[in-house]
Amino acid sequence: MTAEAKKAPPKSYIEDGHTLRSWFFSTDHKGIAVLYLVSITLFFFVGGAAATLIRLELLSPNGFILSNDAYNRLFTIHGVIMVWFFLIPSIPNTFGNFLIPIMIGAKDLAFPKLNLASWWIFVFAGCFVIAALLIGGVDTGWTFYAPFSTMFSNGYVIPAVVGVFISGFSTILTGLNFIVTVHRLRAPGMTWFRLPLFVWSIYATSLVMVLATPVLATTLLLIFAERVFGLGFFDPQLGGDPVLYQHMFWFYSHPAVYIMVLPAFAVMSELMTAFSKKHIFGYKVIAFSSLAIAGLGFLVWGHHMFVAGESVYVGLVFSVLSFTIAVPSAIKVFNWTATMRKGYVSFDAPMLFALGFIGLFVIGGLTGLFVAATGLDVHLTRTYFVIAHFHFIMVGGTVSCYFGALHFWWPKMTGRMYPEMPGRIVALLIFFGFMLTFMPQFILGWLGMPRRYHLYPPEFQVLNVLSSAGASILAVAYTAPLFYLAWSLFYGKRAGLNPWGAAGLEWMIPSPPPRENFETVPVVTWEAYPYPLEPQPVAKEDGR
Amino acid sequence: MSDALPAVHEQFQAPGQQLEADRLGLWVFLASEAMLFGAVFFALTVYHLIHPAAMHAATSRLDLVTGVIGTAVLLTSSTTMALAVKAAREGRRTEALIVLVGTVLLGLAFEAIKVHDWFDEYDQGLYPPMGPPFPLPQPAARLYFHLYFVSTGLHAVHLAVGILLVAGVAASLLSNRMKLPERTVTVEMVGLYWQFVDIVWIFLFPTLYLVSR
Amino acid sequence: MNPLLPQPRLALPQLSNYAAEYDWLFFAMSVFSVVFVTAIFIAILYFAIKYRAGSPADRTDRIRFRSRVILESSWSLIPFVLLLVFFVWAGKMYVAWSMPPKGALEIAVVGKQWMWKFQHPGGQREINTLHVPLGQPVKLVMTSQDVIHSLFVPALRIKMDAIPGRYTNLWFTAKETGKYHLHCAEYCGTDHSVMGGWLIVMTPADYQTWLAQAGTDLSLAGAGAALFRKYGCSGCHGANSTVHAPSLGGLFGTTVRTEDGREVLADEGYIRDCITVPGKNRVAGYPPIMPNFSGKISEGDLIKLIAYIRSLPPGARP
Repeated sequence: MTAEAKKAPPKSYIEDGHTLRSWFFSTDHKGIAVLYLVSITLFFFVGGAAATLIRLELLSPNGFILSNDAYNRLFTIHGVIMVWFFLIPSIPNTFGNFLIPIMIGAKDLAFPKLNLASWWIFVFAGCFVIAALLIGGVDTGWTFYAPFSTMFSNGYVIPAVVGVFISGFSTILTGLNFIVTVHRLRAPGMTWFRLPLFVWSIYATSLVMVLATPVLATTLLLIFAERVFGLGFFDPQLGGDPVLYQHMFWFYSHPAVYIMVLPAFAVMSELMTAFSKKHIFGYKVIAFSSLAIAGLGFLVWGHHMFVAGESVYVGLVFSVLSFTIAVPSAIKVFNWTATMRKGYVSFDAPMLFALGFIGLFVIGGLTGLFVAATGLDVHLTRTYFVIAHFHFIMVGGTVSCYFGALHFWWPKMTGRMYPEMPGRIVALLIFFGFMLTFMPQFILGWLGMPRRYHLYPPEFQVLNVLSSAGASILAVAYTAPLFYLAWSLFYGKRAGLNPWGAAGLEWMIPSPPPRENFETVPVVTWEAYPYPLEPQPVAKEDGR
Repeated sequence: MSDALPAVHEQFQAPGQQLEADRLGLWVFLASEAMLFGAVFFALTVYHLIHPAAMHAATSRLDLVTGVIGTAVLLTSSTTMALAVKAAREGRRTEALIVLVGTVLLGLAFEAIKVHDWFDEYDQGLYPPMGPPFPLPQPAARLYFHLYFVSTGLHAVHLAVGILLVAGVAASLLSNRMKLPERTVTVEMVGLYWQFVDIVWIFLFPTLYLVSR
Repeated sequence: MNPLLPQPRLALPQLSNYAAEYDWLFFAMSVFSVVFVTAIFIAILYFAIKYRAGSPADRTDRIRFRSRVILESSWSLIPFVLLLVFFVWAGKMYVAWSMPPKGALEIAVVGKQWMWKFQHPGGQREINTLHVPLGQPVKLVMTSQDVIHSLFVPALRIKMDAIPGRYTNLWFTAKETGKYHLHCAEYCGTDHSVMGGWLIVMTPADYQTWLAQAGTDLSLAGAGAALFRKYGCSGCHGANSTVHAPSLGGLFGTTVRTEDGREVLADEGYIRDCITVPGKNRVAGYPPIMPNFSGKISEGDLIKLIAYIRSLPPGARP
């Protein structure tokens, strides 16, 4: 990082130290956010490389590079890395870490050492998964279904399971830190309903992190004990029930979907207001819908097992609950759209990502209704329809928002503007590349192409080639920011306090922020998103 | 949860705020722990419902006498822990020290009873993957014992952590590194954790020993 | 297989009344989705253009709080009520899917890494291909002998998991003759993607003929399967073997690379040589541990064994 001295005020968090120690052992939430940013970017490209190979291989119905086993290992590692080592930590651990203390007017999270520990635990966990990959890979699919994972798989299940298990502690500790921080560290005047919606949504995410992840821990512990010590829990020969594993796994993993998508909602509310220069439409509705999603998210896991021998009536209950959870999600979309009304809408790259998010998320959400509808799911489940559906939510939705957030807060994090035109082009490429990649997969699913198929009937080839073509666009679009963002670190235009003219405490402090964030504790006297920003609210000095 | 004097960390503005943050953090952590054990209870309940006969046969093999003694020991330790918190609040260092040591001893006693149980069960062949042949004809009885060993093991690990924490508090009291009643909060939080681990046993005991007997 | 049967098409055939109703529901939900997406897209475009930063549009907001509440409630409740219609419709189909009619033709299904084994009521067995009569309800009683599998026939729009340790049901009434894909839809390991075959729907008369034929057809391979165990072949080549012996699934007709670098077509003669002259064409990478069965197995038994090995699909471990 180049030294860049601002006027007189305190040095920025970047200049706070230049040793390795000052980065790897600093308890500053901003430094830790950068550590996360770098490490999850690495994981993103490992998972992305696996995706690239998968799409390349599926160009041909008979396969031409990989063996069946190699293919199975690739989609497993793609899933494990993308879910636990990119999507779950992506927005909360980078932007949540960086922004939550600033947005609520605090100097750091409640437990800075714990925060640093979370990152180290995360990296330690990542080592296990990378080790599993290097010594030969895992072939269970990211879901680790028993009894395949416990008794039949000849992959390196244990290192992968241990890695995911350990990463859970990182998730729990981060969630705990956020919850306590939001409860206890808000600046004077920062009431719950003055919080930026980003904070509300990350708060809801944290609740899910803390309450769902331990269930995964127990589940993986049982898998571990069954595989290593021969303690059968799901072994049918002992009368064990493999479907019990699925219940326990999805009791975690469905809420985990909301761990991945609620942070995207968090970013959306910030982007839509900042680039419409308008107060959010329906603040409380959005805030409470985040909590509603977090709560309802715990009650829908059974919709993954409509054809797994679950009782039909249980299936119907899970189905209706899954329909219900669509409502708070739809409300958010309406409110974001309505936010643009009567605003001053500008189309900088982050806004393009946000608008792209709405488009992709709406499609992802609506196709979610297809698979929540019991009768329809019987045909669609375990096909490419499901693959397309959840990629629309998690990649089209969350990853778009992640990139939107990256561009939006890049000037705040680094003090430099990213180049605008490449940013806009990438936003458009991601939207259209994504549509081309995953729209054909909906059709493939409807036509009955099962997921996790290395070899497939030749009549599906055309659609697979289209999908792979889209994936090649995505590969370029996801790689490009790496270059122009790195370029901007050195040559980007310097960003002032508030390059976007946006509201929020983070835009009232220097870019990059000083180590302590605020010289004096701000006193908040305004509601969130006080657009139009004239007169600009100024942080008052704390009286004490 | 450091034992240092209540210096306020930079992110806090007042000691009260820091205290409440610590306390809330612990509660959130315990909620997370509750879900961890919740999943074990879920699996146990499902198998109790699917295989009532095998679960009955398996449950009957457990030693109810040591189970009850262990439960009583653990309940007593809850009392001593509560007394320790009370003594800490009132600044009575020696009394706090005595009941804390008592708590550690009771915790160790429980672990000893549990380990004795495990060896006893192993000798009877009730640890299915190893040792003497499993004595029960129903395959699902093995499921029960697998869950029994994992759940009691998980609980024992949690209790061991509790013992270390309580012993740590006692040690810093003894060496005067910790002042009372200023650091009451530390004792309170360790106490909260201890009570939580006891409560888990209060649920685990009937689920394992009584429900299907 | 009957070469006169139609080849698979890209468009998904509606093989049952369930499939026909399924497509209606799918179509209705698609229309709902398209309308919804279009509305959102139009709203976004409209607002984005009308209220772009430079536009002179009037920004005074006349919507009062009460109308906001009405707006928020209506755009939550109306879609939800519409969704409930779909829930009920799909739920009715789900209940129908789960309830096989009485008197259905029962076929036993066993999933196994990586093949489907079917057994008809008359004892006729087949692997990876399922013959069923037209117009008669068929109930598949399914289980698995190793991991979870899932039987999926896209033309019928149905699937059901085959779970070890329990029986699950799947039923349908096919209404058109033909040959349709049948897949394993639950990931089950190495050869998951080739664990499948065909559902062949025949007129009841043809089905009866097939049943009669099938009995004789399978006798060689079926007897071979028994011999495969009797002679102890399964001890090394079987699924649960710990001995490093080549898998025989799908071997027949492939080209084998031998230890000394030659490539040999695995035909009847090759398999026979492997049994009676084991050293001759030893497969690359395997130790020379195959016993010599020369003179120990009669010709008749050899034919049966070869027929059995020939019947093994790719990936199967006998």
